[in-house]
Amino acid sequence: SADNKIEAAMSELVPEPRQKPAVPMKPVGINSNLLGYIGIDTIIEQMRKKTMKTGFDFNIMVVGQSGLGKSTLVNTLFKSQVSRKSSGWNREEKIPKTVEIKAIGHVIEEGGVKMKLTVIDTPGFGDQINNENCWEPIEKYINEQYEKFLKEEVNIARKKRIPDTRVHCCLYFISPTGHSLRPLDLEFMKHLSKVVNIIPVIAKADTMTLEEKTEFKQRVRKELEVNGIEFYPQKEFDEDLEDKTENDKIRQESMPFAVVGSDKEYQVNGKRILGRKTPWGVIEVENLSHCEFALLRDFVIRTHLQDLKEVTHNIHYETYRAKRLNDNGGLPPVTTETEENHESNL
Amino acid sequence: MASSEVARQLQNDNCRPLSLSGHVGFDSLPDQLVNKSINQGFCFNILCIGETGIGKSTLIDTLFNTSFDDRVSTHFQPNVRLRAQTYELQESNVRLKLTIVNTVGFGDQINKEDSYQPIVDYIDAQFEAYLQEELKIKRSLYNYHDTRIHVCLYFISPTGHSLKTLDLLTMKNLDSKVNIIPVIAKADTISKTELQKFKIKLMSELVSNGVQIYQFPTDDETICKINATMNGHLPFAVVGSMEEMKVGNKMVKARQYPWGIVQVENENHCDFVKLREMLICTNMEDLREQTHARHYELYRRCKLEEMGFRDTGPENKPVSLQETYEAKRHEFFGELQQKEEEMRQMFVQRVKEKEAILKEAERELQAKFEHLKRLHQEERMKLDEKRKLLEDDMIAFNKRKAATELLQAQAFASTPSVSLKKDKDRKNFM
Repeated sequence: SADNKIEAAMSELVPEPRQKPAVPMKPVGINSNLLGYIGIDTIIEQMRKKTMKTGFDFNIMVVGQSGLGKSTLVNTLFKSQVSRKSSGWNREEKIPKTVEIKAIGHVIEEGGVKMKLTVIDTPGFGDQINNENCWEPIEKYINEQYEKFLKEEVNIARKKRIPDTRVHCCLYFISPTGHSLRPLDLEFMKHLSKVVNIIPVIAKADTMTLEEKTEFKQRVRKELEVNGIEFYPQKEFDEDLEDKTENDKIRQESMPFAVVGSDKEYQVNGKRILGRKTPWGVIEVENLSHCEFALLRDFVIRTHLQDLKEVTHNIHYETYRAKRLNDNGGLPPVTTETEENHESNL
Repeated sequence: MASSEVARQLQNDNCRPLSLSGHVGFDSLPDQLVNKSINQGFCFNILCIGETGIGKSTLIDTLFNTSFDDRVSTHFQPNVRLRAQTYELQESNVRLKLTIVNTVGFGDQINKEDSYQPIVDYIDAQFEAYLQEELKIKRSLYNYHDTRIHVCLYFISPTGHSLKTLDLLTMKNLDSKVNIIPVIAKADTISKTELQKFKIKLMSELVSNGVQIYQFPTDDETICKINATMNGHLPFAVVGSMEEMKVGNKMVKARQYPWGIVQVENENHCDFVKLREMLICTNMEDLREQTHARHYELYRRCKLEEMGFRDTGPENKPVSLQETYEAKRHEFFGELQQKEEEMRQMFVQRVKEKEAILKEAERELQAKFEHLKRLHQEERMKLDEKRKLLEDDMIAFNKRKAATELLQAQAFASTPSVSLKKDKDRKNFM
């Protein structure tokens, strides 16, 4: 039996690949022999009240070369100035030598729901002449947030609510070249899709006609598939048949969303709408026939926001934790502001 | 209140509040979260402690409007045991995994010193199981079947006097581990005035003995008023019954006596409706949250400290996660190596012993073989000798035979007449 114990311990130490769940049908009524109404379903209201009291955290990261409209898009998504637009590099400022990570938090409220929204900007990504490994500071930041959470989680005396700074969603901006993905795009997404939920978006989609857009999207999807890049919503985490059908449609038809952002309002047909004014017409941001912004917004905020957080917590964070606890798993000791580097002699 | 909590966090994180210029849509977040919970289903675990026959099963049946388990226990259990059963209930789209744990034989023994211990052990075992899952390297907490006890209904005997010593002792040992809601069982045996006095006496005894029972939360404006009122009605005086009787023009759950009918759901008759309201419709989620955030955390803290984990090192500097884990890992490997060494020694020892035995056996066999060989040789020699003798005998015999024949032949030749007849006869015969 000693042998069995050792074998059991060994199997715990070896990280297995993420389990691929089978896709079952949604369960239909079980064993309901209640003779009358009791009130069990009030638990939904109880739970809803509690969550509204505690509020929600949401951390969204934007990655892409400067000038692709990242800040504008985030401001459009959340209908407020959550991200300060960079006015480009003027002659006095130097282009940062490495990618900077800037996290700014705001509290927004809607319909009684309070959300602490943190937008993490990554200025400098892809802007240098030599962009080798420019995703590393980003990966490091993401892992640092997992580390912070892990530290809090393993404390003996734990906080009632551990502050969640983990990146729930990373919007990756693809340049609307109309041709294909760039090597930098592929490298970034290959590395990061394993640690964070990546949602690729095609920026400044108003530079493409409808046909160009459709073709570009198809090509991008193909390239992502060929390179084994699993963007959110990942196939392996579909919970059941309903999820799978819904998500398949999004994965195979809508994504990557071709978006246009704007924080300026114009008068169109007697209504004030967000848009971009050009000599040849006004591009309406929230008009589905003009661009897919509304799809992105509905997807990220109205239907899948909670799921983004849960996948981050139940999958990405758990993966990090398992690797970290398992003999440091090849990860270098993470340095936070107060810690020093420890040499591992194991 | 909610906004002050968030406001405090704001100041800590330097977050400005922003106003939205349009509808974003994240007000659907609570719905998204609730939908996910509905998909996963809910767990709720009730522990009922009370003497045999006090009406635990009946009350649970009445609470959930179902006949769960028909088994009636005897009074002759040698010690207290716990019996747990899980049921899956569904109401509209909510699926509930309800686990009911009953004590069996509580209060029946002559010596009740150890009565509460099995209960404490059971509760701790559920915490331990959760803790083990949480500490695993590869864990799956989001689909873990939570068996931790969310609420303990403690059934007090309707003596009308005061708490029994056993009650006090048990509740004192459980109040830091589980949410206790005391109920007065079989409340239809007490009159209204006696009941009031009884309730006051019970509560003052609990308070003076420092027993912390579960208080319905009063921090949410919508339910604070009703919860505060209900807190004043504790312990709930309950009556349980699954039998239905016609009262007026309705069928109601009741108990029929010669002097009248006690209606379970009549608030003038007993507090059953209050209990159901509080337990299920208003505070079920809070009970689950308190179990996880308070009782479980306390258990976890104590257990980890017992195991030697600390948040701060000897000089009061924060110990990093890495250091702790590496220290523990070293310790663990050290132990493992030591065990390995011991096992190896034992193995070597056993091998030696076996070898010795085998050698001994081999030697014995060898000796036997030699012995047999010798015997065989001796036998052979003997036989050879005998054969030689026999051969010698044969040679001697043949010699004698030859000599005798020769003599006979000579004798025949020297006496022909006498032997002519004989010869003739011989010729005739030949």
